[in-house]
Parts: sequence; C-alpha cells; structure tokens
Amino acid sequence: MASEIRIENLTKKFEDVTAVDGLYLEIEKGELFGLLGPNGAGKTTVIKALCGLLEPTSGSIWVGGFDVRKEAAKVKELIGVCPQDTAAYSFLSGRENVELFGNLHTMPKEKLKKNIEDLFEKMSLTEDADRRLGKYSGGMKRRTNLIMALVHDPEIAFLDEPTVAMDPQSRHAVWDFIKELKDRGKTIILTTHYMEEAEELCDHIGIIDHGKLIALDSPKQLKDKFNAKDLEEVFIGLTGRKIREEM
Amino acid sequence: MNFQRVSALVKKDLKRLVREPAALFMIILFPAMLTLVFGLGFGAIGGGQSTTYQIGVVNRVPVTQNTSWTQFFVGNLSRVEVLKIQSYSDNETAQSDLIQGKISSAIVIPEDFEQSCDSYWKAPTDPSQWINTTLEVYVDSGSMFATQAIQPIVQQTLITTIYGQQNKPLATPIQISNPSLIQAKAISTFEYFAPGLFAFASIFLTMIIAQSFTLDREAGLLRRINVTPTTATEFMSSQVISNMLSASVQAALVFLMAYAVGYRPKGDATTLAVAFILILIFSLCNVGFGLITATLAKSSGAATGIAFIFIMPQMFLGTFVGSALSATAQLIGKFVPSYYVTDALTSLFLRGAPVSSPTILFDLAVVSAVSAVTLLVGILLFKKYGKA
Repeated sequence: MASEIRIENLTKKFEDVTAVDGLYLEIEKGELFGLLGPNGAGKTTVIKALCGLLEPTSGSIWVGGFDVRKEAAKVKELIGVCPQDTAAYSFLSGRENVELFGNLHTMPKEKLKKNIEDLFEKMSLTEDADRRLGKYSGGMKRRTNLIMALVHDPEIAFLDEPTVAMDPQSRHAVWDFIKELKDRGKTIILTTHYMEEAEELCDHIGIIDHGKLIALDSPKQLKDKFNAKDLEEVFIGLTGRKIREEM
Repeated sequence: MNFQRVSALVKKDLKRLVREPAALFMIILFPAMLTLVFGLGFGAIGGGQSTTYQIGVVNRVPVTQNTSWTQFFVGNLSRVEVLKIQSYSDNETAQSDLIQGKISSAIVIPEDFEQSCDSYWKAPTDPSQWINTTLEVYVDSGSMFATQAIQPIVQQTLITTIYGQQNKPLATPIQISNPSLIQAKAISTFEYFAPGLFAFASIFLTMIIAQSFTLDREAGLLRRINVTPTTATEFMSSQVISNMLSASVQAALVFLMAYAVGYRPKGDATTLAVAFILILIFSLCNVGFGLITATLAKSSGAATGIAFIFIMPQMFLGTFVGSALSATAQLIGKFVPSYYVTDALTSLFLRGAPVSSPTILFDLAVVSAVSAVTLLVGILLFKKYGKA
C-alpha cells in the first residue's frame, strides 16, 4: 500500500536546540498513527512541519503524495489541522467559527450546514452553537477547536493533543469521533502524552523523545516487546523515566 | 482569488468591529463622539446661520440732552444680524470686558454726537458749519471677525443713521468711505476643523489593525488560517476590503454627525464622492501602517504603543490639530499623508474648490502614491517577518 505520509530524515533546529533529529516515518492511508512523547519531545514540531508551517532544517516530507515544500497549496487542500491550543475567534459563536473555516475550504453551503449540524451534535455542542466562543468552557472550546479542523471532512487529519485538559466525558466523546473518522478511511496523526488514549485509538505508535524516534510499532507489539502491561511501562523501559514526569 | 474565502474573512472582520468593544469604540464611537463634541464646542450648532458677536456701546451723550440720534444709531446697530449690543455706563468697564474677551468690540459714542449729527442736517452742504467729532471703536485683536468686519459695519450703520436707507450717492462733503456692510456667513472654528476630523478618525485604524493582527497571531489564528488553502493574496484582500468598509462607515458617521450639528460643507455630490474616495484611499495607508506595526510588535500591548509612532505625527501634523502649530511644524507636516487628506478636504469643503482643481488632483495623487507604497511595504514586511 502506498504511503499517505512519508517523512525522510526530518531535522528541525531552533538555533542550538534540535527539536526533531533525523526522523523517518511512513504512514499508510487510513491509518491512525499516534505520536507519543513527553512535552517538548518534538511532537508539535513534527505536526507543524507536516502542514508546512515550519521549514525543516533538512529532510523531506510528502503528504498525500505531494511535497510539502514545493506543493504546499495542494497539501493544504487535503489536510485538517487541530492545533494543541485552541485557536478560535472569541467574538464569533462556535457555529460562526466553524462556518468560517468551512468557507476557507470553499465548502458548498448546504454541505457545510449539514456537517456543522452533525459535528455539533456528535460533540454535544448543538445547544451552545450560537453562543460566543468567549463564553464557552475550556472543554467546549477544545471540542469546537476539533470541529473547526474537521468540518471540511479532510482526507488527512493532524490532531495535536486534541483531548488535553478535557474532562473524561468529553475525552471519550472525542475518542468515539476519532474512531469514526478512522472507520471512514481517513488518515490521522494524533499526538498525545496520554498513554491510554494512544493505546485505545492508534494502529501504530511512534514514541518520540528529545526529537528522536525511539520506538515504532503497534501498541500490542510494543507492550509484548517490553513485556509491559501498558505503554507507560514501555516508555519507562525505553527511557528509564515516566512520560508524565516531563509535563 | 476565491470570493467565498475573501467574503468569509471580511464578514469575520466586520463582526469583530461590531462585537469587540475596543474596536467598536475606536472606529465608530470615538470619531462620532469627537465630531459631536467638536461641533458643540466650536460653534457648528446652527451652522448656516450667522454667528452673533457681542458689541459694547458706551454712550457719553448727557442724558439731559435730546438723544434721538444716539438712539437711532444704537437701534440701527442692533438691527445688524451678526451683532448683539450690550450697553455700558463707562468706557473702563467696556474695556475690561473687551480684554477678557466678553465682547468683541467697544464703541464709544462721544458727548457731542447729537450736535454733530444736527450740524450736518442744518448745513449739509457747508462743512465749515459742522461740529466734527470722533466715534471711537475698539476691537478685539484676537478675533479675526472683529478686526476685519466691525469697523466697516459701524461705518455703514453711521451712514444709515445719518442718511437713512438710501444707497444713492449724496452730494455731501462728509468724508466717510462707504464700504459694503459685511453680513457674510461667519465661518465657525468647527468648519476649519471639520476636514481634519475625517483624517483624524481614519488614523486610528492603524492601532486597531495592529492590535487585531497581533492578537490573532498570539492566539495562533494566523497559523490556523495559514494551514487552510487560503492564499496570502486572499487574506490581504479581505483585510483591505474590511478596513475600507470600516473607513466608509467611519467617514459616513463623521459626516452625518457633523451635518447633524450644523456643518454644511461647500460642494455638490461629486465633491462628496471625491472626498469619500480620498478617505478610502487614505484608509489603505493606515492598513499599511497597521501591518508594519504588527510586524514590529511582539504583543498586542506593544502594538498599541508602536501604533502611536505612526498615529502621533499624523495626528499633530496632518489634521485639524496642525492648524494651530508653528510654521515650521506645518512645513514638517507636509511629510505625513494625513496633511494632504486634510488639505484636499479643506479645499473641497471650506474653499469650495472644484474636484478637478490642481490642488485636489495633487493631494489625491500624493495620498494614492503614499498609500500604495505603505500598503505594499506593510504586506511584504508582515508576510516576511510578522506571521511567526
């Protein structure tokens, strides 16, 4: 099967700090790939490089068969990006924020309306859709943040810690939603430092630490390899420390 | 360029303008309030009508005498539309009020005024029989109107008092020049200020644009838009359109508010259209300054401060404020674009210059060129250094 996302020898340096160090990665179409690691490991840098926001110091990236550096416009038509921190206009309602990004992806009016209704329903935000985002709770903002990334039904989704700081109920709603995306054949890269989230959702997991990929496999095989009962123990086996200690 | 994207971004920016209190105040409420306050404070209320000037009259004619000529003269002065007469019993009090600006002029009717007038009518053709006298007139040197118009008005009133309402030449040896009575509409201070108010209001777009860009950058919204297929051209076009719309609303509001408080500019619909276009072009200059500010500023707080680097010179050297500055400062003002906006609007609205006059065309050309360059520099700088 052809790789939907291919990263070859990606290195990104910020002055004397190497955020990503010689990363190789291939993700197949329809795969839900988890990029796991503590804060500052380089996960967000990888996501930013994948969607063309950061120019790599060296290396190449192809998304959907397009070179991110040379064919950025084509890549942007394929992807949906959910940033780690909620990025939405507080003076707009939840619905207006999502409509804006649907329009930026030139969605037909009827399809946009239908998608908004479906997504707000799935994220239990229908009743609050017309309230200003500034009045939302943190969890509601984060769910809206995710809807804004996916309203145009992208083929490839980059979800940068989409459930961070969410209550368990909201987190499970988001999990169900991500599973549904995967069932519909979407390619997803999910960054997280929640081990249980990666274990629950991902087909394959790449563990990244200090910018380097230190493990790559399915959750089950990783656990088997390190004779661990969960991914936390895998991370301890790999680095000698707990992943959450880094937060 | 995709219209759906541009339209969505423009709508978003207009919603920001209406919903965010700071933007709403700076762009809409502040200019409207400023115009209203200036209109009230500098005499635009009742514009189109003559402004009245307080004139003090000191009558030295003894009360024991017949005072019919004096009463006739003061009555004629009272009928002059722009004058309001206040009587004084002594010259000292009148002079005191004149110095304090309570009256614009003081007229002292001499003791022998009655005899002098009578002597003329007893021997209208024999000047040797006349009793010559002097009507003393003091004017407020700080009042443009008083220095230029009071004396001719008094002279005309005197002629009317002596000869009556006839304009035919009289065979008389009285050597009083016969200037026409100046009853032209007095130009209020507000009418001098009003053209500068339009430029003044637009200048603050710089701060709002800089703040909105830096806030969006801080919130990760510029990055977020950057990962959609929206092109830089579409994004910048939306900014230009939304800010031109804001400037339109702002200019219309300033005009309506000025009109409501009595401002009646010269010119016709074409004059207004050209003035409107000029203000819209100038708004592009402020979009450019806003982008440059957003590039330099690391935070929205810093953007507010840096914006004043562009706002202050334009405000003090190029708007109504500049008219009160020294000649040197006014010369320096020629290096700020708002100067040319104010100059063109003053020519159109106050002097009644035709839209095709060289002054208007020159000002329009300067504002257009400076706006194009500023906008281009702003876009390029922001694109290269400002989005991170």
